[in-house]
Amino acid sequence: MKTVNEDALQKNYITAAYGIRSWLLTRDHKRIALLYLISITLFFFVGGFFAVLMRLELMTPQGDLVSAETYNRLFTMHGIAMIFFFLVPSIPAVLGNFLLPMMLGARDLAFPRLNLLSWYLYMVGGAYTLYAMVTGGIDTGWTFYTPYSTGYSTTNVVPVVVGIFILGFSSILTGLNFIVTTHKMRAPGLTWFRLPLFVWSQYATSVIILLATPVLAITLALLGVERIFQVGIFDPALGGDPILFQHMFWFYSHPAVYIMVLPSMGVVSELVTCFARRRIFGYKFMAAAVMAIAVLGFLVWGHHMFVSGQSVYAGMAFSALSFFVAIPSAVKVFNWTATLHKGRIEFRTPVLYAFGFIGLFTIGGLTGLFLATLAVNVHLTDTYFVVAHFHYIMVGGAVMGYLGGIHYWWPKMTGRMYHEGWAKFSALILFVGFNLTFFPQFILGYLGMPRRYYIYPEEFQVLNVLSTAGASILGLGYIIPMIYLLWSLRKPRTAGPNPWNATGLEWLTPSPPPTHNFDKTPIVTEGPYAYEEKSANGE
Amino acid sequence: MANSSSRLAHQFDDLLQQQEASNLGMWAFLATEVLFFGGMFAAYAVYRSLYYEAFVAGSQHMDVLLGAVNTAVLLLSSLTVALGVHAVQRGDNATLTRYLLMTIALGSVFLVIKGFEYSHKYAEGLIPGIRFTLEGPNHVELYFILYFVMTGFHALHMMVGIGIMTAMIIMTRRGRFSPEYYNPIEVSGLYWHFVDIVWIFLYPFFYLIRVHP
Ligand SMILES: [Cu+2]
Repeated sequence: MKTVNEDALQKNYITAAYGIRSWLLTRDHKRIALLYLISITLFFFVGGFFAVLMRLELMTPQGDLVSAETYNRLFTMHGIAMIFFFLVPSIPAVLGNFLLPMMLGARDLAFPRLNLLSWYLYMVGGAYTLYAMVTGGIDTGWTFYTPYSTGYSTTNVVPVVVGIFILGFSSILTGLNFIVTTHKMRAPGLTWFRLPLFVWSQYATSVIILLATPVLAITLALLGVERIFQVGIFDPALGGDPILFQHMFWFYSHPAVYIMVLPSMGVVSELVTCFARRRIFGYKFMAAAVMAIAVLGFLVWGHHMFVSGQSVYAGMAFSALSFFVAIPSAVKVFNWTATLHKGRIEFRTPVLYAFGFIGLFTIGGLTGLFLATLAVNVHLTDTYFVVAHFHYIMVGGAVMGYLGGIHYWWPKMTGRMYHEGWAKFSALILFVGFNLTFFPQFILGYLGMPRRYYIYPEEFQVLNVLSTAGASILGLGYIIPMIYLLWSLRKPRTAGPNPWNATGLEWLTPSPPPTHNFDKTPIVTEGPYAYEEKSANGE
Repeated sequence: MANSSSRLAHQFDDLLQQQEASNLGMWAFLATEVLFFGGMFAAYAVYRSLYYEAFVAGSQHMDVLLGAVNTAVLLLSSLTVALGVHAVQRGDNATLTRYLLMTIALGSVFLVIKGFEYSHKYAEGLIPGIRFTLEGPNHVELYFILYFVMTGFHALHMMVGIGIMTAMIIMTRRGRFSPEYYNPIEVSGLYWHFVDIVWIFLYPFFYLIRVHP
């Protein structure tokens, strides 16, 4: 046993080196995770700022705050900042980077230099896109539909597209790194079916990233060629086919939904087991379900194009396949519920976020089935119903999981505990604010209010005011955690190696962990989530 | 002789693990590349089936002989890469350097010939968006757009490959490789072969469709 004094003397990954160079040239996956944490938080608030302006404009039916042109820029840049620069990297680049090697019992990712390169690509792509946003913005919608984006828009389409092209390689390198690390760097005894579900979800996500992102890259490159040289690839006036653009764009962008939400599912599996003190119900089904979602996710992109001119038979096939995705998704929800059932649930902050995820993801998923139904889709396409649906998945699902994970692993990352009271309070606020913001939008969409308009008929005002009120509560729910998490950094490092008494190799290390994670490579002798055994041993 | 333990990065337990990791990494990267080119091939397939006549008409303007020479050049360069790997396995680094130089030379020949073809196309007014004067069947422009985008991205990959091979020569000169440790050569070779294979598809798709219209 080490004495307390010796522990304090041992260097962790934060105190291992000082100075800006030691951070900007680091190859430590944990430091790179923190670099990402800071950068994506920045983009989250950039995207949030655009959302605030939109919700303020929509308080009244008239266009009194911004012009139509400005509003077009606002929703476009909100989508781009949030999807490409926050949601896609969020959990993989921050929590995945930090935890994946530790959960595998490894000293680092397989390619640490590539990992640093991917952060630099993120920063270059991000800085370039920000520059393009500041100097004129972009108004095509985050989907860049042609021919508007190539022949008509007068905004900075090419610079933004270049920024996202660069960013794509950042996520490809992260995905590649995770796949190789998971295959080749597992500790002795850590077989595939002993992996934590967080690792499975990162693996499935990485496969999607690796196979879908290059298609986005080439699609955007072709878009750039068409716009710069004014030649007809997608523009029908010049001899191209706009539907081809939509096919290629959604071939990436539907799977991208799973890039955003699968990692959150992985987080939720860790949280639910830890705070219910139970083994996960149906482990193998849970692992198979994420892989099934990853595969099926590649076969459903046409459900974004039911009304844009693809053939009826293609529409029927895409509709049916979209329904199939509901099966593995439901397996996940049922198994989390079954894990919680009869568990002794300890209501700490992280599990509150997990509850939020399960509820909101279920609503988002079920409304996805409405949209996958051909006849209903014709009525709901391009209405607020769609906006509400994907915010339930991407904010209610992905962001809830991300914040739950941040709260769960914060003591591991920093060695500090945050203020539990404030944390619970803000988790509650977030849940209430989220529902107040987006539930009215389901009704608005059902009543026929189209998305992407800055004015609307008077009868929609009450619901819009409710939504804006909810958004201000939601905003508070994001700002409060920023404050108490940063505040916790002033406190001493008292969290200890395993404050939740959790299973998982990452909890065997001191908090914060040393640069090499493990002094000795751990040997794994049991499956994940052995909470019942832990309890039986009186731990 | 290079000390193989100094080649071991700290995150790996042994050289075998490191080698397997970098091989898998390259295969994963090539999977990404397949999808990157796959997007373009999909666009090609759609437009070729929609506007078959235009594509045949466009291919009349290709120089089949130059294309065939380039195909031979690239196949030969794949052979020199494979022989280079064989040489380093035997510990013959002088031969390895020679083969790598030959690979770079062949790659450069390919690019020079490609450059000639591009400049002919410019002279004939066949570059959409820059100088296009062809009065052909409807949508013949699409054929040329795809030709330049696809062969352009391929040429870009060739240039990257030449850069990688240059780095490999420098590393060989510094005595980094031995029969125990030559993984970077193997992995660079994988990339080179992939770029070759892409051309094996580009050649018939653009040059030969006029042969069996
Ligand atoms: Cu979709």
